[in-house]
Amino acid sequence: MLEIRDLHASVAGQPILKGLNLTVKPGEVHAIMGPNGSGKSTLANVLAGRDNYEITGGEALFEGKSLAELEPEERAQLGLFLAFQYPVEIPGVSNMEFLKAALEATRAAQGKEEWDSVTLLRKAREACKQVDLDPQFLKRGVNEGFSGGEKKRNEIMQMLLMEPKLALLDETDSGLDIDALQTVAKGVNSLRGPERGIVLVTHYQRLLDYIVPDHVHVLSGGRIIKSGGKELALELEQHGYGWLTDDQNGGNDKEDRTA
Amino acid sequence: MSSQAELDNSELDRVIRSEYEAGFTTLVESDTLPPGLNEDVIRVISAKKEEPEWLLEWRLEAYRHWQTMQEPNWAHVEYPPVDLNAISYYSAPKSMEGRPKSLDEVDPELLETYKKLGIPLHEQEMLAGVAVDAVFDSVSVATTFKSKLAEAGVIFCSISEAVREHPELVRKYLGSVVPKGDNYFAGLNSAVFTDGSFVYIPKGVRCPMELSTYFRINEANTGQFERTLIVADEGSYVSYLEGCTAPQRDENQLHAAVVELVALPGAEIKYSTVQNWYPGDEDGKGGIYNFVTKRGVAHDHAKISWTQVETGSAITWKYPSVVLRGDHSVGEFYSVALTRHAQQADTGTKMIHLGRNTKSTIVSKGISAGKSSNAYRGLVRMGPRAENARNFTQCDSLLLGDTCGAHTFPYIETKHPSATVEHEATTSKVSDDQLFLCRQRGIDPEKAISMIVNGFCKEVFKELPMEFAVEAGKLLEVSLEGAVG
Repeated sequence: MLEIRDLHASVAGQPILKGLNLTVKPGEVHAIMGPNGSGKSTLANVLAGRDNYEITGGEALFEGKSLAELEPEERAQLGLFLAFQYPVEIPGVSNMEFLKAALEATRAAQGKEEWDSVTLLRKAREACKQVDLDPQFLKRGVNEGFSGGEKKRNEIMQMLLMEPKLALLDETDSGLDIDALQTVAKGVNSLRGPERGIVLVTHYQRLLDYIVPDHVHVLSGGRIIKSGGKELALELEQHGYGWLTDDQNGGNDKEDRTA
Repeated sequence: MSSQAELDNSELDRVIRSEYEAGFTTLVESDTLPPGLNEDVIRVISAKKEEPEWLLEWRLEAYRHWQTMQEPNWAHVEYPPVDLNAISYYSAPKSMEGRPKSLDEVDPELLETYKKLGIPLHEQEMLAGVAVDAVFDSVSVATTFKSKLAEAGVIFCSISEAVREHPELVRKYLGSVVPKGDNYFAGLNSAVFTDGSFVYIPKGVRCPMELSTYFRINEANTGQFERTLIVADEGSYVSYLEGCTAPQRDENQLHAAVVELVALPGAEIKYSTVQNWYPGDEDGKGGIYNFVTKRGVAHDHAKISWTQVETGSAITWKYPSVVLRGDHSVGEFYSVALTRHAQQADTGTKMIHLGRNTKSTIVSKGISAGKSSNAYRGLVRMGPRAENARNFTQCDSLLLGDTCGAHTFPYIETKHPSATVEHEATTSKVSDDQLFLCRQRGIDPEKAISMIVNGFCKEVFKELPMEFAVEAGKLLEVSLEGAVG
């Protein structure tokens, strides 16, 4: 469902991705790991179509369509979901109102039946429960005054409702304590299925204890320098990234561009 | 930031461009005075309205005083001088001459105009619970539900009718809040005002329905000088709504209104405005010059609350104010002002605390887009007797794009040591991040911006009566929409 070939991308004119290849098939969970500044978050944002993140070479196909030619909302309507590393606040717009607009737009585009407000509310409450979020949060402004952990759980709650084909999780584990991490992992695992692809972008192996990936890739200097099974993550945990990146130029010279 | 600019120029720009839906003209034969302003014109207006001698004298005094006054230039707005001699000061549809006794006698063309604007005047077609006074150019076309209101002792009619039917009330309160020499535009209004609404709520009565006036400017080269007077007697309550539109024209038109509110001890007046005068085109051609004086006096334990949603006019100069004369009186001002294209708004409020334990709240939300300029100007004055007076002010500005401007001019004067004044101000942009979050969830940018802007205004919208809150939300949406169907 996701086919990335020799992808080059730059952020505000600065080349970050330099020939990245990755294939994600339905039902697979991929973990993208790598040191700070390796381009992990850039990859997630390029795929979702954030402004300033520009594809300069190669291609990224989602469901056979070139992402470069699609607006961010069109990608979302096709079923691509990004759980943000730093979810932004939208004061005065309630979570419920936001979800309603999002679900109306995506479900219609995907030919799914429309949910009436009763169904929507019921589903939203269930999703909240799954990630241990008080349903009162549905009435509050989107991420308005939420703690870091609540924001992350709110992202997963949205993901559960939107049932994307491909979910990109950008450092969803960062800033979470172990309980919250388990809750989030439970939510993500419940979405695993033969139709769905999941890409986890993470710096630490920790998340992968709870969401066991099928494939692990190490990203460094804007390229995938090593791929393997779940055991690769454990090796990284033991040895760090140094043994892989020593002979790679440009591992730590740039900060992740995220916000 | 290059792509931010790109975004602003493409998406936002497209989004904030939209058509003005109320811009049509009604073809009716009108009786319009030739342009020009002098004492004879005032005498003609007064005679047309069959006014008593005292009111003519009042107008003439106002006019003579006004001639000594200067147009104010302190507001953050720029416009070429208005030639007051090029304007006609009275225009009324000919069909209104015989003063129709009922709606059946009113020119169907006029009724159709209001219907098109979403304000059917036949009672059975109306929103239950809202009585309407419809003012077309210089005259009131009809006032609905009058008999039902009369049962409760409530007087709701055009000010011209009130002068005839209730002269004692009009004479007692007209000019009692905004004196005829108050300011340049109020002075002009006092001399030439034509129509507007009059409301009187008797002691202890809770007005059984929402009252509303709908102002429509139709005739070209005329000014509209409306005068509204609302008196809420002791312990009474009224909620009053005001709406306005005008045809789309290349020339500027002047609207200089005066609204006076009197809240006697223990009374509450809630005054809401949705102002959608024609704003002019993208290059600033045409549109209404809206120079308005609105003020209320709150006596002991009385409360006056102004809520306004301002999306129209080429120029807005308007500061609905409350004089907190009585002890324990309360004043509130909730405002959303949206400017786009080349619109200029200088709007805000004055809270004059005279009594003890008086309390005021100001929440102002300014949204600027295009090449517009949006200024909040507010005065909070705590008088020497205003023991324990409190004010809270919050001014938030939201910028869409980077060719617009937002300004805040707060003035605070305190003459009592126990008075507290709090002021909070923020300026923000609809951020790339907010927009991207919405778009990543599949929401198109147009809808996303309208949702973000509506969220920004929520604190004010919740103060509006329900039907109006929905209208206001829609109006903002329409004002922000790129493609209007």
